[in-house]
Amino acid sequence: MSLSRRSILKGAAAGAVLTAAPMVMGANHGKPKVVVVGGGAGGATVARYLAKDSKGALDVTLVEPTRTYYTCFFSNLYLGGFRTLDSIAHSYGKLASEYGINVVHDWAVGVDRDKKTVALAGGGSVPYDRLVLSPGIDFVEGSVPGWDISAQNKMPHAYKAGSQTELLKAQVDSMREGGVFVMVAPPNPYRCPPGPYERVSMVAHVLKAKNPKAKILIFDPKDKFSKQGLFQEGWEARYPGMVDWLDASFTGPLQEARPDSMEVVVGGEVTKADVVNVIPAQKAGRIAELAGVTDEKGWAPVVPATMQSRMDENIHVLGDATNQGDMPKSGFAANSQAKVAANAIRGALTGSKVFPAKFSNTCWSLIDTDNGVKVGAAYEATPEKIAKTSGFISQTGEDAALRKQTFEESLGWYSGITTDMFG
Amino acid sequence: MAVTVRIIRALGLAMLLTVTAFAVPVGAVELGDAKAGEQLFRVCKSCHRVGEGAENAVGPHLNRIFGRVAGSVEGFRYSEGLVRAGADGLVWDADNLDIYLENPKNLVSKTRMNFAGMPDPADRSHVLAYLRAFSDKPSNIPEAAPTATATDHDLDPAILAIVGDPDYGEYLSGECLTCHQKSGANEGIPSITGWPKADFVVAMHAYKKELRPHPVMRMIAGRLSDEEIAGLAAYFEGLD
Ligand SMILES: Cc1cc2nc3c(=O)[nH]c(=O)nc-3n(C[C@H](O)[C@H](O)[C@H](O)COP(=O)(O)OP(=O)(O)OC[C@H]3O[C@@H](n4cnc5c(N)ncnc54)[C@H](O)[C@@H]3O)c2cc1C
Repeated sequence: MSLSRRSILKGAAAGAVLTAAPMVMGANHGKPKVVVVGGGAGGATVARYLAKDSKGALDVTLVEPTRTYYTCFFSNLYLGGFRTLDSIAHSYGKLASEYGINVVHDWAVGVDRDKKTVALAGGGSVPYDRLVLSPGIDFVEGSVPGWDISAQNKMPHAYKAGSQTELLKAQVDSMREGGVFVMVAPPNPYRCPPGPYERVSMVAHVLKAKNPKAKILIFDPKDKFSKQGLFQEGWEARYPGMVDWLDASFTGPLQEARPDSMEVVVGGEVTKADVVNVIPAQKAGRIAELAGVTDEKGWAPVVPATMQSRMDENIHVLGDATNQGDMPKSGFAANSQAKVAANAIRGALTGSKVFPAKFSNTCWSLIDTDNGVKVGAAYEATPEKIAKTSGFISQTGEDAALRKQTFEESLGWYSGITTDMFG
Repeated sequence: MAVTVRIIRALGLAMLLTVTAFAVPVGAVELGDAKAGEQLFRVCKSCHRVGEGAENAVGPHLNRIFGRVAGSVEGFRYSEGLVRAGADGLVWDADNLDIYLENPKNLVSKTRMNFAGMPDPADRSHVLAYLRAFSDKPSNIPEAAPTATATDHDLDPAILAIVGDPDYGEYLSGECLTCHQKSGANEGIPSITGWPKADFVVAMHAYKKELRPHPVMRMIAGRLSDEEIAGLAAYFEGLD
C-alpha cells in the first residue's frame, strides 16, 4: 500500500471513530456483544482476537458443544502413527481464563435475526450485536446412497476429528492380512482438498509396515485432486502397488455403500472391503442453514472484505461453512479469515482502526516419514470474491532434505496455529 | 570496522545496531572453506570436541554452537565471565565467534579459554565454516542466528529509514502468527521476535525480490508494501 493510501486509511479510521460513537452500545446494552458459534479454526481464532485486541471493550461469548477440540489437521498423522491423539486435543481453558471469553459448552440450535439472539439446546438464549458463525461442515444427506450417519460406526468418515478418527485408526490397525481399504472420496467442494490423499498416504504407511499385502482403493468422483502429481509420485515410490486411485471415468459413479455387508458398489461391480472410509459430500454446518445465511448449494456467501454474510450484515461467517471464492476449506484459511473478521467487527463496534483485508493459506501434507509437501496461495478481497493472487506448490522430484524440512515446517505451523487459536 | 560496535551488537544492544546499520555492513564475517577449517581445527581439538556424540572435555563441545547462548551447555562448568556474558545476551553467531577466535579475552574478560587467538581472518572464517556444519541447518532467514551472515545488501536506505507503525504491524502480524510463534518458540519455523528492525526489513525485502528461496515467505513478503514491512519490523522488534 502506498503512503498516500495509508494516510487516507488513517483518515477514514479517524472518521470512523467519530461516526461510530452512536453504534457503540449504550447503557441498556453495556458492552457490545459478540457471540461466536463454533470453537474451531475460525471460531476460536476470532474469539481470541476479538477479546485480546479489544482489551475488554467487547463482551465475547463462544458457543461450542465439545470441551475438547480435536484438530482435523494432523488427525491423518495420528492415523499414520506420527502423532498421539492427545497431541491434537485442545481445551478452551485459556480462552476463558486468560482472555475473559465466556465459553458456553452447548449447541446453538437457532438464530433469531430480528431479535439478534442465538438459541441454545440447553434452553438458554444469548443476545448479540454481531454474530460469528464458524460451524464447519455437515454432510449432504443421501450423497452416498446406503450410507448415513447411523452407519458411521461401521464405515467411519473421520472427517470431524476425535472418536471417528480413533475408530478409523483402530480399524486400519486391525485389518486382516492382505485386506482391502476403500476410501469413498468426496466431490468438490469439501474441507481440506489434500486431506483424503494425505490420509491414503498415512494408511499406506501403516499397512506397509504391518500388512504389506493389503490394498487401498480410492473411488473418486473427481477427475483430478489437490497435489495429485506429488501424491501419486509418492505412492509409487514409497508404497508401490498398494494404492489404486480410480476416478469416475474408469468406474462410473458410486452407486451404493452397504455398511452391513462391508461392500461398495461402483459401476455395477461389488467390491468387498475390510475398512471403508466414506467421506460424503459436504455443506455448511447446519446452524448456518438454520440462521438463513446459506445459498442453494448449501454454503454461506460472504462479503470478502469483512466476512459478513451477504444475507445479514450483523452476521459474519468463517471457514469451511462459507462460499467465499478461491480459498480452500482449510484450517489455515479459516484462521486467516477470522483475523479479517475480528478487525472488521472491532472497527464496527468500537470504532477501532480497520485495516485492509489480507488472506493467505498453506496446506502441508505428509506422504511418508520425513516426506512433506505443501501448497499455498495469497488472496485479496474483491467485491465479488476472495480472489487468488499468487501461489506455489512443492515440486515432484525434490530431494529428501527439502522434504524433511517441509515436514518439520508443518510441525512448527501446527504449534503456531493452535497457539494462535487457543492462546 | 569498529570492534566495539560488533561487541555491543553481540551484547544485544539492538538499538545501536539500527543506528549504525547504515554506516557499516552488519554480519560482515563470511564463512570460509570448511575443509580448510577442519585442518585448522586441530589446534582447538586439545580442548574441544565437535561432531556426532561429541562431549564436553576441557572446553564445552561445539555442536550447535551457532545460535547458542554463551555459557549454556549443560554439565559444563564455565568461567564466571562466560556465564555473565550469556546472561547479558551474548548469543554465538559468526560475528562474535570471529572476535572470540581472534582473541577470546577481547570479547569475554576472564574467560578460562587460554588460547592466544587466531590472527588471520581467513583462518578464522575457515574454522567457522567447519563449525557451522555441526550447528542446526541454516534457517530460512540467513540474517538470523544460527547463520548470521550475509546481511550485506543493496536495499535503498530510504526503505530502511521508514519508521514503521507498530500498531499496523500488530494487525499485520496476525498473518505471521499462523506459523511463527509470538513467544519466539523456534520449532520447524524460525523465530521472528526480537529481531533488530534493520535485519527484519532486509530479510523481508530479500524475499520480496525473490533473492531467497522459501516459497511461503516469497508469497507473504511479495505483497507487503515497504510501509507494511516497516510496521511488522517495528512490531516484532518490540516483542521479547
Ligand atoms: C483429515 C483432515 C485433515 C486436515 N488437514 C488440514 C491441514 O493440514 N491444514 C489445514 O489448514 N486444514 C486441514 N483440514 C481442514 C480443517 O480442519 C478445516 O478446514 C477447519 O477445521 C475449518 O475450520 P472451521 O472453523 O470452519 O470449522 P471447525 O474447525 O470444524 O470448527 C467448527 C466447530 O463448530 C462447532 N459447531 C458446529 N455446529 C455447532 C452448533 N450448532 N453450535 C455450536 N457449535 C457448533 C463444532 O463442534 C466445531 O468445534 C483438515 C481436515 C480434515 C478432515
